[in-house]
Amino acid sequence: MKFSVTVTLKKDVLDPQGKVVENTLKNMGMTDLKSIRQGKHFEIEVNENNITEAEKKVDDMCKKLLVNLIIEDYKINKIL
Amino acid sequence: MKSSVIVFPGSNCDRDVAVALEKMQFKNKMVWHKETRLPKSDLIVIPGGFSYGDYLRSGAIAGKSLIIDEVIKAASSGCLILGICNGFQILTETGLLKGTLLRNKNLKFINKDVHIKVINNNTKFSKKYKKGQILNINIAHNEGNFFTDSKHLEELKKENLIAFKYCDEKGDINENSNPNGSLENIAGILNSNKNILGMMPHPERMIDEIISNKDGVNLFSSLLS
Repeated sequence: MKFSVTVTLKKDVLDPQGKVVENTLKNMGMTDLKSIRQGKHFEIEVNENNITEAEKKVDDMCKKLLVNLIIEDYKINKIL
Repeated sequence: MKSSVIVFPGSNCDRDVAVALEKMQFKNKMVWHKETRLPKSDLIVIPGGFSYGDYLRSGAIAGKSLIIDEVIKAASSGCLILGICNGFQILTETGLLKGTLLRNKNLKFINKDVHIKVINNNTKFSKKYKKGQILNINIAHNEGNFFTDSKHLEELKKENLIAFKYCDEKGDINENSNPNGSLENIAGILNSNKNILGMMPHPERMIDEIISNKDGVNLFSSLLS
């Protein structure tokens, strides 16, 4: 089973990289741009056919290593 | 005093800190991160550098290495732990110190000598300094912007766990004397038992008049007395 995990900085945490990307796009003329938050993307395959169990395992990976819960939020999506 | 310096792939201040420790008469051993046993140590140093190329987050991978379990055990039995720069980042990733270090506010790698003020000199790491003493110490980091939640910040203040703050040469602590955007100019913190110190500045680079100054010496000599 395959999942995607998106990790982003929490709303209240300053995201200077996202800000620079945002400003650059605006300078390039994309004036409709409202805001950008930059994050990380993981594709994770697990040997588990039960979706609840598989999700639990991915969640465990997020909590134990992939995400710093003090500053980051994450979302898990099943892709395969 | 016996010390151990933990070495990860990508550590690059490990030998500098070993030189500083030996100069101060510590009996030092280097410990590779794959070891599962620590030599008997009064002090464990997690050195600066770029462990695992800063992959995932600075210190995240090193924070899960085999030897870290032993470091955590030693810490809970009261052993002194000093994390410098990447070592500070690793200590936050292990949970031995709370908070985290974000990317510098100006998005630049900063390598320069800055001033820091001794906020708490009543610790095993800082008792040879005077309270409020201003030190000139090198920083060299990309992720040194200390951040934590308001509850922990309160705890740091209430329990006097802030060891050092960035200041200017006169000792003023303000936004202009904050090189990296750290919360309240914090440059180094202690755990609540005060046996663990994490700091971004490099005291091991300030032990010799010929190449820098000697403002880092008292940190090591505090530990000896």
